[in-house]
Amino acid sequence: MRPINQVKMEFDSRSANEGFARAAAACFAAQLDPTLEELGDVKTAVSEAVTNVIVHAYPDAIGRVLLRLRLFEDNTVEITVRDWGVGIPDLEKAREPMFTTGGADRSGMGFTIMESFMDAMRVRSAVGKGTTVTMRKKISVRVGRP
Amino acid sequence: MPMTCTAKNRELTVRLSGEIDHHAARQLMLELDREIESRFPRRLVLDLAQLTFMDSSGIAVLLRTCRRMQEVRGTMQVVNVPRQPAKVIRAANLHKVLSVSFLP
Repeated sequence: MRPINQVKMEFDSRSANEGFARAAAACFAAQLDPTLEELGDVKTAVSEAVTNVIVHAYPDAIGRVLLRLRLFEDNTVEITVRDWGVGIPDLEKAREPMFTTGGADRSGMGFTIMESFMDAMRVRSAVGKGTTVTMRKKISVRVGRP
Repeated sequence: MPMTCTAKNRELTVRLSGEIDHHAARQLMLELDREIESRFPRRLVLDLAQLTFMDSSGIAVLLRTCRRMQEVRGTMQVVNVPRQPAKVIRAANLHKVLSVSFLP
């Protein structure tokens, strides 16, 4: 399936960019005429994925974060967040609720929230090479939409 | 992020507005710690009515603040939670371990 529209952006893994990333994603996804709740879901998922990169992928450095957004004809939005950081040694463990290596400041709920707010999530990671998180969500088609 | 505090008879009400993410969380925790340590409230009410966004960083803030209140032998209530933060709180089952009331 080819996307009907897409955008790619790259930014530094600085926490100030978390707000930028979720706002940009919400703005782009707005083309599919989502409800406020759907828009909130997209913002939350992007915020979690980008925060993971900032906290875990580049723990002691500023690295590159790639955010790719694609829209498909069936009203699906696809979000890809990619980094070239340390990678995740145990993916199964990382996806468990409440599991975190981030200390008392982190809840360990990032992946759980991404999974429950989106329709599908795929994580690929290689230690020392980086991680790619891809999420998809189908935006409802509303009655009376032009 | 903007925060206003009102204290009366050792009940401290903190109104949070704006967005709680990882970027904002550290400073917010420090400010909440400072408020608790300087006032020793019996009851802390966190009013989230004006909160426009919260991700899982907010879960850690709420859990830690609740623990701080327990340490000073006080209680914490989270009130007026809007829809987006409510969804995050429910996904984390936080409403089962904290006292939380949601906006309709």
